[in-house]
Amino acid sequence: MSEPFLIGENMTGGYGNGPDILHDCTIAVNPGEIAVIVGPNGAGKSTAMKAVFGMLNVRSGSVRLDGEDITALSPQDRVVKGMGFVPQTSNIFTSMTVEENLEMGAFIRTDDIRPTMEQIYDLFPILRDKRNQAAGELSGGQRQQVAVGRALMTQPKVLMLDEPTAGVSPIVMDELFDRIIEVARTGLPILMVEQNAKQALEIADRGYVLVQGANGHTGTGKELLADPEVRQSFLGG
Amino acid sequence: MSETVRNSLLFAFVGLLIVLDGTIDFAFFSGSWNSALVILNMGLISAIMALGVNLQWGFAGLFNVGIMGFVALGGLAVVLISSAPTPGAWQAGGFGIILALLLGAMTILACTVIYKNTPKGRFRAVLLIAVLAVGFVVYRKIFDPAVAGVEAINPANAGNIGGLGLPVLLAWPAGGLLAAGAAWLIGKTALGLRSDYLAIATLGIAEIIIAILKNEDWLARGVKNVIGLPRPVPYEVDLQNDPGFVESAASYGLDPVTASTLFVKLQYSLLFAVVLIILLVMAQAALKSPWGRMMRAIRDNEVAAEAMGKDVTRRHLQIFVLGSAICGIAGAMMTTLDGQLTPGTYQPLRFTFLIWVMMIVGGSGNNFGAVLGGLLIWFFWIKVEDIGLLAMQLITSGMADGSALKIHLIDSAAHMRMLTMGLILLLVLRFSPKGLIPEK
Amino acid sequence: MDILNALVALTNFVLIPATAYGSQLALGALGVTLIYGILRFSNFAHGDTMAFGTMCTILVTWMFQSMGVSFGVLPTALLALPFGILGTMALVLFTDRTVYRFYRQQRVKPVVMVMVSLGVMFIMNGLVRFIIGPGNQRFADGERFIIKARAFKEMTGLNEGLAIKTSQGITVVTAILVVAVLFWFLNKTRTGKSMRAYSDNEDLALLSGINPDRVVMITWLIVAALATIAGVLYGLDKSFKPFTYFQLLLPIFAAAIVGGLGNPLGAIAGGFVIAFSEVLVTYAWKKVLIYLMPEGMGPEGLAQLLSTDYKFAVSFMILVVVLLFKPTGLFKGKAV
Repeated sequence: MSEPFLIGENMTGGYGNGPDILHDCTIAVNPGEIAVIVGPNGAGKSTAMKAVFGMLNVRSGSVRLDGEDITALSPQDRVVKGMGFVPQTSNIFTSMTVEENLEMGAFIRTDDIRPTMEQIYDLFPILRDKRNQAAGELSGGQRQQVAVGRALMTQPKVLMLDEPTAGVSPIVMDELFDRIIEVARTGLPILMVEQNAKQALEIADRGYVLVQGANGHTGTGKELLADPEVRQSFLGG
Repeated sequence: MSETVRNSLLFAFVGLLIVLDGTIDFAFFSGSWNSALVILNMGLISAIMALGVNLQWGFAGLFNVGIMGFVALGGLAVVLISSAPTPGAWQAGGFGIILALLLGAMTILACTVIYKNTPKGRFRAVLLIAVLAVGFVVYRKIFDPAVAGVEAINPANAGNIGGLGLPVLLAWPAGGLLAAGAAWLIGKTALGLRSDYLAIATLGIAEIIIAILKNEDWLARGVKNVIGLPRPVPYEVDLQNDPGFVESAASYGLDPVTASTLFVKLQYSLLFAVVLIILLVMAQAALKSPWGRMMRAIRDNEVAAEAMGKDVTRRHLQIFVLGSAICGIAGAMMTTLDGQLTPGTYQPLRFTFLIWVMMIVGGSGNNFGAVLGGLLIWFFWIKVEDIGLLAMQLITSGMADGSALKIHLIDSAAHMRMLTMGLILLLVLRFSPKGLIPEK
Repeated sequence: MDILNALVALTNFVLIPATAYGSQLALGALGVTLIYGILRFSNFAHGDTMAFGTMCTILVTWMFQSMGVSFGVLPTALLALPFGILGTMALVLFTDRTVYRFYRQQRVKPVVMVMVSLGVMFIMNGLVRFIIGPGNQRFADGERFIIKARAFKEMTGLNEGLAIKTSQGITVVTAILVVAVLFWFLNKTRTGKSMRAYSDNEDLALLSGINPDRVVMITWLIVAALATIAGVLYGLDKSFKPFTYFQLLLPIFAAAIVGGLGNPLGAIAGGFVIAFSEVLVTYAWKKVLIYLMPEGMGPEGLAQLLSTDYKFAVSFMILVVVLLFKPTGLFKGKAV
């Protein structure tokens, strides 16, 4: 098997000089794929993603993007390299309009950003209607769309979402997942952490079940959903 | 070198500075015991102020920029408690003033009751404004003639409500109480909000307290000052007329005038040292008590302390009131030492900022540090002007006499104080934020 | 009843001075609120930054005056203003580099920053007193009035005169211009938007590739300009004295908090709220009431709610009420 587009391989590390939270953990994603990290509370799901994004002190192992070793880069530099990241909370500029949010997302770009913005409005039509409204005034689901849209404005080579459906209603969640699939179909690799394991694994091409900071089970979404052990241990039977 | 030895040496160094100032007439040392004792006395008072501020900042991380106001309230207490009563002042309007102030307080109280118990809406707003307006008019109707009545009594020497004529030492705790009351009001408002807000609120209350002292002539004669406040120690003149004193002075080889001034100052030093030691012992006990540990725990991690069920705002209020009370006591002591209340001389630089420098340089969070900082910085505060002048003379020595720049530089040496103190604060904060005697 | 004269008296003694004062406070509060929004601390050195900027301007004004340069009917200080702004910019950038940057990198608590700003305040204060002295300086020249009270009386035949000082006119015009440019900058330019983004959500701004050092630098430059302009306008309108500028800190903070710290629009509104309350409460209403009350029913006293000595108490009371009931301010400011 050839090298995946983005891979965090055998990562071990923790926050600052604190104790290790991740132990020899490997996460990877390829173009056109949705990779989902699931696991029980405290398993280190978000931590694994933050490690890939450089917000963690990775003491051993490496992170490679498109074959290039980026382990030593800061999160900001990784954005420049083409990684788009949507944090779980405070992921929009609440006092700024939707359009300004998108504009700020594209801050590092010097070329014409209008076409990208149009693409995002096509993807999330509701944002086009609310483009001049302050993002903080939108509903939870709409805010998540702004957050994803902001990250897409850099035209990233890979998109990472930290629990994009946290705190939204089931209907909105389904819609968000539909959008995410739509984004993935454009060929953009998507790596996301999800609390709603069942739904997430249903749309996942690749699934990682983390247990105490280490890889517990790995496989396609369907395989994991069918795996009796995974079902038993945390999908609730 | 053990910590105790090091700290003792630091205190010994300050002692040496004062002794040198009393004995040697060289550079910025005056060579006069009188001026050395003046420095020591104010140094002791400053140390008490620094102790109070250390309670607030060092223990609890509360930023009080209104020390001046609490110090001034202490001074007011001296006038109200110990100065001689103004005959007829109470009949002429004193009671009216009290009544008016009570009515004013009741108006505010009524407003809070209405605010809490009436549903939000236009009705409440109208009601509040009506109560405020009526309350204000009634207040002024009673207050204004009463004030005029009081101020009409012997305006050249009195014109104020006068004091209770009680022993001046009673005024010291009273000053603490007065300051505590003001601190409680401020704390109630600004604590529990962002830390900056307390700073801004205290800055404001200090300015307002000074404004009240300057303008409410009925209270403490405003900028006309109250002079000749009673003393807890004998007067120099009385000592000089006391044959026994003159005799014992002669046995030390001192002339009666020098001996009496030194004796009086020494007695003040003793009094102040006693108060300082009592407060220091109490502050040390508090620091080591579970209460003090909890305070520091709150300071270091407010969120965690709150999560553990500590009522952070309430604790902060306690310590803020206590610290301000200590500043009030020190303020009362200072006014007693001066023998007069001069509202015009209260400068935020001198009474707020300088105390901060003392505490930070000495070591915030450490009571001994605060005391050391108070004594040491006060010494240099007095001497900076001399040092600045010396430095300026050195710098300008190459310039032609009478050149505009030289005159300007030498004239401006007085403003070196502010520059130096600001610089000291920034340097200590940056390079030695724990101060001379760090927190344990 | 003589409504016309009452109106003129009201305009002359209340509305015009309060508008000018409000503009000055608004510009000052804008500086405080920008620092708060971007650097996240209450800058106690702001009053003395204003004093420093004004001092620079005064020095250049004196130089121009001695060279015989004048600005016609307008005060020479306006010509010197750009130089004052440059001087202040240099000073605040120097302060940021030598003092604030260290603490920013340490990510200290805001209250430590406040204390540091207190140290900076005293150094700046000492610097100003050292250079220009603690005394009063007048530096206004040019035409003193736009409309003189006498001319107005002759023109209208009313009893009451209406005077508009040049400094008041300049204050209002300049304030409008400055605020318009500032809002255009913040809302329309890429750099301005990046500043708002940084103020709104620092982490996300960093993720978006916004350079924090640049944002901080531009903020200081703007604040230096605002502080100098506010200081010079205040000095032209009243007079320059270092201690007065320190005292302006309270109404300026009150204005910024009333409006909602970190919210520029709020700072402007807050400035006018404070200025109008101050003037309204300390104005002796007798003059206006005399025209409105029936003959012989005029008020006995001055009808003044509070003596002018307590004008700071007015800002303070408003501050307390806002802190008690709406700590985020009238316009939504940043977190409490």
